[in-house]
Amino acid sequence: MPATQSTGESRALIDIRDLSFSRGGRPLFDGVNLTVNRGEVVAIMGPSGTGKTTLLRLIGGQLRAAAGSVFVAGEEVGGLSRRDLYRLRRRMGVLFQSGALFTDLTCYDNVAFPLREHTGLPESLIRMVVLMKLESVGLRGARDLYPAELSGGMARRVSLARALALDPEIILYDEPFAGQDPISMGALMQVIRQLNDALGLTSVVVSHDVDETLSIADRAYVISEGHVIESGTPERLRDSDSPWVHQFLHALPDGPVPFHYPADTMADDLRRAR
Amino acid sequence: MVGLLQRMGASTLASLGTLGRATLFLLRVIRGLGELVRRPHLLVQELYSVGVLTLVIIVVSGLFVGMVLALQGYYTLVDFGAEQSLGVLVALSLTRELGPVVTALLFAGRAGSALTAEIGLMKATEQLAGMEMMAVDPERRIIAPRLVAALISLPLLAMIFILLGIGGAYVVGTSLLGVDGGSFWSQMQAQVSFTDDVLNGLIKSVLFGLAAGWIAVFNGYDCLPTSHGVSRATTRTVVVTSLVVLGLDFVLTALMFD
Amino acid sequence: MENSRSMELVVGAFVAAGLAALFVLAMQVSNITAFQRTDGYTVEAYFQNVGGLRDRAPVRMGGVPIGRVSGITLDPARFEARVELTIDARYDDLPSDTAASIRTSGLLGEQYVSLQPGGMPDSLEDGDELMLTQSALVLEDLVSQFLYNQSGDGGDGGGGSE
Repeated sequence: MPATQSTGESRALIDIRDLSFSRGGRPLFDGVNLTVNRGEVVAIMGPSGTGKTTLLRLIGGQLRAAAGSVFVAGEEVGGLSRRDLYRLRRRMGVLFQSGALFTDLTCYDNVAFPLREHTGLPESLIRMVVLMKLESVGLRGARDLYPAELSGGMARRVSLARALALDPEIILYDEPFAGQDPISMGALMQVIRQLNDALGLTSVVVSHDVDETLSIADRAYVISEGHVIESGTPERLRDSDSPWVHQFLHALPDGPVPFHYPADTMADDLRRAR
Repeated sequence: MVGLLQRMGASTLASLGTLGRATLFLLRVIRGLGELVRRPHLLVQELYSVGVLTLVIIVVSGLFVGMVLALQGYYTLVDFGAEQSLGVLVALSLTRELGPVVTALLFAGRAGSALTAEIGLMKATEQLAGMEMMAVDPERRIIAPRLVAALISLPLLAMIFILLGIGGAYVVGTSLLGVDGGSFWSQMQAQVSFTDDVLNGLIKSVLFGLAAGWIAVFNGYDCLPTSHGVSRATTRTVVVTSLVVLGLDFVLTALMFD
Repeated sequence: MENSRSMELVVGAFVAAGLAALFVLAMQVSNITAFQRTDGYTVEAYFQNVGGLRDRAPVRMGGVPIGRVSGITLDPARFEARVELTIDARYDDLPSDTAASIRTSGLLGEQYVSLQPGGMPDSLEDGDELMLTQSALVLEDLVSQFLYNQSGDGGDGGGGSE
């Protein structure tokens, strides 16, 4: 049952409480609490393999929490019927790490896809919307190209235009900066921040690119080993006295997170190999 | 010994699990078929890539299978002085068995593998997940039209295959082997029954279409989203479809032509 | 999308070709037409044994197909096989004492009904019975008859009764 939440929809658009989730016997989240308020850009950071993408899938309802709850716009995602879940998803846009563009459609048709699926708009109106969305990511001129003809950064921007097509309230970004050159990284950062402010969106950015992410985020969460280790404004994170956060933010090779994967001593291993 | 038993048990359980998932998947797809009625152009597109693009191989194979049947059949029949029964032999072999079965096998190689690879790659590149997050159900938008297209295409292809096979046999029989064209045709008409032979062949090919389409889309949808996973799923589609078609054919033949 | 129109055309042609193939198979290859072609007249003939004669087998005169077998039933009173022959309306002038026999084309070919014209001036009408019939040759009977005659040393001719 979509239980309406007591704190109300007014501030917290996404509210995650005591979330636990494990995959393949390995706990990914163990009692995670996280809130995203309306209009914010919130970063979720952590080393690779901490399940940041899984967190987005939990928010989008593609996975269900083992324990705890995920509220989006006051509705508990895990308890929704299929119909209600699909209705809720129309209010969200997701930018996948790979872009997830449809490879057999042009950029134009990619952006038009959700419009054609969900609205009965005539083709002339769809054209206007698509051109507007492509313009907002600066790729109106690339509308007739196929995804294979785009650079990685351009593909992500087209994907963003597609995610924006239905004017969602929430945008979830999965590693938007991974593997980008400095120019497209800068372009993406600018687009994310500007769109959020101009369209009144709420953005969740999952990333391990510390400097870029922190420079556009209002608040950030650092997750490791299934727990939220630190949260707050970027300044607060930079001033954190947790050695773990210090290592992560300053990209130190060794520290609380060891350089070596846990193993017996090298000498033992070599002796045994014979 | 215990290890062997354990592995056998594990693989049995795994295949039962796969069968269960495939069945649930099919039921979900069937429940989502309503959307296809409202948007027939989705089906048209899949009929093109599943049906029309398979047509060439079906046309060529149909002609050649018919021609070979005519040659082989003639040399056997002529020993009994029954070479004018060539038309009957060819038409019955094609309508009852070869048409549906060979079409289904060729279909698995040409269209089934392509379906699996396409869906598997869409999964591997997160296109299916992306669609889901755009509130578009991939089972309805991607899977259902492909399954229905296979179901419609295979019987049509089989009928074309059978007719061209008979045509090929007629040409070889009359021009190369000197069989009388009139008795070829008239004996065939006398001995081939619409309900027993043509209709049963049609029913077979519809069921093969369901099996081939189901196996192809499920393998794509269920594959590991890696390049290795997609390639394995594609191979599995061809192998499993072939085996299922042959097994199913035996059962259907036993039921239909007792 | 401009090519969607041509794609629809091609798909339409494909579906039409498949249905046309089914139609040809139904009308030309199989004998569904035999059910409908009733523009003829039906006569009946009684045989002691029809052998392997099947429904819809051809009826020939002088080797030319002139009709089809339209029904084979056992007459409960006479314990003989009653065979209905539907003869094409074009051949409406067959003599009324036409004889019917069941023949086999080739050694293993299909069986058919062969008609031999008689000499009467009046012609066969719908519902008439062919009085002169010759049953199918059954291989086992022939073989046993042959063996019987051999062992009987000049035999009493009890076999060849048909």
